[in-house]
Amino acid sequence: MSEKQALLEIEDLHVRFPMRRNLLGRPTVEVHAVSGVDLTLFRGETLGLVGESGCGKTTLGRTIVGAQKATSGALRYDGTDLAALSRREQAASRRRIRMVFQDPFSSLNPRMTLRQIIGDPLVATGEARGAELEDRIAEMMRRVGLSPDYMDRYPHSFSGGQRQRVNIARALIVGPELVVADEPVSALDVSVRAQILNLLRELQAEFGLTYLFISHDLSVVENLADRVAVMYFGRVVELADTGALYERPRHPYTEALMSAVPIPDPSLKGRKGRILLPDELPDPSNPPPGCAFARRCAYAEDRCGSGEIPLADGSRCVRAEELDLQGIVGAQS
Amino acid sequence: MDVKAGPSKTTEGIEETARPATASQSRLVWWAFKKHRLALVSAWILAGMMLVIVLCEFVAPFGSRHRDAEYTTAPPQVLKLWSDSGFGLHVDGYTSEQDPRSLRITYEANPEDRVDVGFFVKGEEYELFGFIPWDRHLIGPTDPDDPMYLWGTTTDGQDLLSQVVYATRVSASVGIIGVLLAFILGIVLGAISGYFGGWADNAIQRVIELIMSVPAIPLWLGFAAALPADMNPVTRYFIITTILALVAWTGLAREVRGRFLSLRREEFVTSARLDGSSHGRIMFRHMLPSFSSHIIAALSLSIPGMILAETALSWLGMGLRPPAVSWGVQLQDASKWSVLSGAPWLLIPGLCVVLVVLAFNFVGDGLRDAADPYKH
Repeated sequence: MSEKQALLEIEDLHVRFPMRRNLLGRPTVEVHAVSGVDLTLFRGETLGLVGESGCGKTTLGRTIVGAQKATSGALRYDGTDLAALSRREQAASRRRIRMVFQDPFSSLNPRMTLRQIIGDPLVATGEARGAELEDRIAEMMRRVGLSPDYMDRYPHSFSGGQRQRVNIARALIVGPELVVADEPVSALDVSVRAQILNLLRELQAEFGLTYLFISHDLSVVENLADRVAVMYFGRVVELADTGALYERPRHPYTEALMSAVPIPDPSLKGRKGRILLPDELPDPSNPPPGCAFARRCAYAEDRCGSGEIPLADGSRCVRAEELDLQGIVGAQS
Repeated sequence: MDVKAGPSKTTEGIEETARPATASQSRLVWWAFKKHRLALVSAWILAGMMLVIVLCEFVAPFGSRHRDAEYTTAPPQVLKLWSDSGFGLHVDGYTSEQDPRSLRITYEANPEDRVDVGFFVKGEEYELFGFIPWDRHLIGPTDPDDPMYLWGTTTDGQDLLSQVVYATRVSASVGIIGVLLAFILGIVLGAISGYFGGWADNAIQRVIELIMSVPAIPLWLGFAAALPADMNPVTRYFIITTILALVAWTGLAREVRGRFLSLRREEFVTSARLDGSSHGRIMFRHMLPSFSSHIIAALSLSIPGMILAETALSWLGMGLRPPAVSWGVQLQDASKWSVLSGAPWLLIPGLCVVLVVLAFNFVGDGLRDAADPYKH
């Protein structure tokens, strides 16, 4: 990447879900799913977004594609604020940001044929019809490695990997620039995983796509991402180039995540072994002050428990500089 | 090309190859439905009923206004093939006798008086489908002035068979049209309620609860009593149908709402929204088809309720009124024991109600079972 050009800027994004409301309909108890995320996606890159279940990474992805409303904060796409757009412009921007869903089963309507599913974005907006529609669907199916002969079949006759190809075809048929892939391979067999990842890589090169690749699987992200953002408790706690992050994480949470990656070669087993985190996540409707990870962190000090800790120099840890944390580079084949 | 996910997938795959892989949902349902013997028989009965509804002027031996004052409350005749005067389809005429004290007339079959019966005979003129003038009847006396009352006559001297045929058109169509109206209401309101949620859901659910909490019969009676008595029968027919539909949509709306609520969270709905589909398109093109077979099943299961409602209302004298003829109107005749003891054939409309209601129920059951993906 010679010149980095920002495609999507996320500024202080908050997403809160109301749990309980008072008589006037105002939320009294809220869950903070995403609390203050700042991220920039550069054109043509793949940004990996990792974190454990419930850390807000899926909510962040859904907010970017417009499936979820942000409570506050801004999404700037190509310099324009998405929230400020008119309804029609928003519809147009949705064609530039597309999503590949996690579950290849529930994301495909069982009552629709592949033709209807893949062509839906074109039909819904009246962009193409008749022979042109059919040609574009067939073309897209070929690109993702599906035979156009399958066009009139229903999703139930396909395997998970093939279904995920359908999902990718539907996302790409409108010619997007940014694709949010929400755990696109986590529901798949290991043997199929590599095929789908390779397909994503090929399509990226062919169409010049930018990916936000959401996953809880660090080895998959290492494989695909240029940069990695680690999310914990609704915040990005670490952001770094993939190589640097895997070599020397700068946040204790990242280290703990990495220690959980299974290592196929026993002779390379890490120096420290698995870090088991005590305690559960803090209550998301009542976030603690200071570092949200402090209660579970082995390196925590008194100063970790107070004040807002910014994402300084790619890490939200106040002790980032003094700690020597263990990465997993070299442990992966 | 891909490795199958697990054993369950593999068995599914084998099953799939035995059938064409592109079999549509409706075809799968039909395959399952055919195995339900009772439902299949019922479906044929209903098909016959539809034919009667469409061709009722042709099927009925006499017109709806036909009245024979000479033969009131005459018993059914038996079709015979052979008599002293030779071979041929015929019925025996009547001899009547009036009891001098009770004034009741009793009829007896008179083998001497042969009434020849034929198919496709000339009879009263009518207009088929409302515009094709014709005078042939499926079955009837070769001389239209002769009495041929296969199911007997009513207290007014009308041919019961013809009356039942005309009543079938009215009663069954009240059921079908009423249910269709109720379903349009129920599906649209249920869909809005389940899909959008929030205040729309709240408002619709409270209205449903309100309607459901009022006992149905007084509610119908209340509506029907508001209609002027001298109303034209056709208008009255449509208004009664609408009244029945306005009370009946609630159950379906709840069912549809539940389906929409559970589907709303599916990812394919989110993805349809991201594809740029409008809400209407998502509701009726993406979500509704996933349970359309259940709706069809529910449809045929709720027609009986509608037919019974119309019958009850008309029987009570608040629904359709003579000269309009429906099963309920006919059964008014049979509500007096003094009449019924001498003329049990007046209960035939009741048997029709039972037969049609059962048939709709069996077909609905069969469809529901066939549409259930967990059964096969």
